[in-house]
Amino acid sequence: MLTFYDVPVRSRLLLGTARYPSPAILAEAVRSSGTEVVTVSLRREAAGERAGQAFWSLVRELGVRVLPNTAGCHTVKEAVTTAHMAREVFGTRWIKLEVIGEEDTLQPDVFGLVEATRILCAEGFEVFPYTTEDLTVAERLTAAGCRVLMPWGSPIGSGHGLNNLFGLKALRARFAQVPLIVDAGIGVPSHAAQALELGFDAVLINTAVSQAADPARMAGAFAHAVSAGREAFLAGPMEPRDMAVPSSPVVGTALLS
Amino acid sequence: MHATVIGAGVAGLACAVELAERGASVEVLERAASLERAGCSWFAGGMLAPWCERVSSPAHIVALGDEGFAWWAERYPAMVRRGTLVLAHARDAAELKQFARRTEHYEWLDAAGIAALEPDLEERFEQGLFFPEEAYIDPRAALAALAERLTGLGGTIRFGTEAPSAAPEAGRCVIDCTGLGARAVLTDLRGVKGEMLHVQAPDVTLTRTIRVLHPRTPVYIVPRGEGRYMIGATMIESDQASRISARAMLELLGAAYALHPGFGEAEIVELGTGVRPAFPDNLPRLTRRNGTLYVNGLFRHGFLAAPALARRAAEFVLEGREAPEVMP
Repeated sequence: MLTFYDVPVRSRLLLGTARYPSPAILAEAVRSSGTEVVTVSLRREAAGERAGQAFWSLVRELGVRVLPNTAGCHTVKEAVTTAHMAREVFGTRWIKLEVIGEEDTLQPDVFGLVEATRILCAEGFEVFPYTTEDLTVAERLTAAGCRVLMPWGSPIGSGHGLNNLFGLKALRARFAQVPLIVDAGIGVPSHAAQALELGFDAVLINTAVSQAADPARMAGAFAHAVSAGREAFLAGPMEPRDMAVPSSPVVGTALLS
Repeated sequence: MHATVIGAGVAGLACAVELAERGASVEVLERAASLERAGCSWFAGGMLAPWCERVSSPAHIVALGDEGFAWWAERYPAMVRRGTLVLAHARDAAELKQFARRTEHYEWLDAAGIAALEPDLEERFEQGLFFPEEAYIDPRAALAALAERLTGLGGTIRFGTEAPSAAPEAGRCVIDCTGLGARAVLTDLRGVKGEMLHVQAPDVTLTRTIRVLHPRTPVYIVPRGEGRYMIGATMIESDQASRISARAMLELLGAAYALHPGFGEAEIVELGTGVRPAFPDNLPRLTRRNGTLYVNGLFRHGFLAAPALARRAAEFVLEGREAPEVMP
């Protein structure tokens, strides 16, 4: 059974809650995805005065576990402060930690990420770090106390799928025992299926669902893809070959000449 | 029929005018001291753009908005119906494609087509979408026009007046259009904050609403006449109409500047924020509670949907006619 910090989860699809046409459509998407974990970003201005309360209670009422994130934070200090607010608002030790390093690609600042992880783990947070496929960074993060990693597929919201297959496979091979969630860049269900086929434990989707013309339907499509990918992984996919191999036996076929 | 309308935002004034035109004797009670302080309508874009809104709204919004053009044209003849131009910078071409896929009632324009409509944008954009039937109004002038029309029809607006707490007397209907003020009754209302600014840009001449699509910071610019433009608007899940944030202002101005460098020379005339009332599906509705009809949840579609909703409200209270927007 897949667990995140000792919490068992059945659905391998995590859903972000941003940028849906309406909260009602978000709720439908959550239902049709079958997800058990949703991420929520906390805007500092809204958190300061509790002014985002209405939206947060809608999210809490979805009846799924909330994984608050530190989206939009560019420094260690910002990320740590946002994590503190998130713990207070949602009453959870879980935090999806994002420290953004580069404005155009929203690539993680892995140095800041490791530093913020150390601080938050020491304070008792259970950190889900949004990271790259870099092995050394992953080592540092697990050494700091992470028991889940969230490598990117490609830049957030880009829909480019799994950009660096080699790197992602190496990460999977090296961290065989750590739950790995592919976060960011997944554009269509086939990308999600591919991540699961490679042995990744789960995927986190936001834009691909929220910006679809029919988000609830797309969420359902992702649910199918994720379970297909997982089943395929368990079933043991064939290795690609360069030479064609006929699927029907040729030995013994009649020679009609 | 005597009618009390509570709230002098666009929903309240549209309902009041609609009722008065049908012969009701109408009084509007507004808690604030003037129209300027009567809620988020004052800070609206005033776009009547139902086909563009289809990108993030169900077809129902298009139908409600389509009803509004004739209504506004008659009651606010200064309405400008020159269409909406939707643009994206070259690297965001995918946004334009996605927008086109989800909307209708537009035509594709090339660079020459864009320049023909808006000479100031010549050579700036390769392609765009033109929604020829859309319009815009100046929300402040339109609210004033409605208020004037109402008084002309014998109605009254009492500013600085709280809604009575007692139940209405027999024979008087009460329509509550107080937005988030009705939260105690309509408990699933929430606030969605919007931030906007007005600039005076003498170097820029644009004659219709321009929307610039962008993956992170989409923006729209609505002409207000004599070189003045409204630039809006953010959408933040927040109940607090605190002042505009530096980031929102940077983003709005940055997007405007990227549309036309003349906005870099503009004077900033006004900054504004408002909180839009919205139901979980972001659709407006009419709700009956304890003898009061609530018209609420107009979200970012206040000026677009108010005429259609006012008509439903009037038909309901005067004739008892049901409509899909009227909730039991």
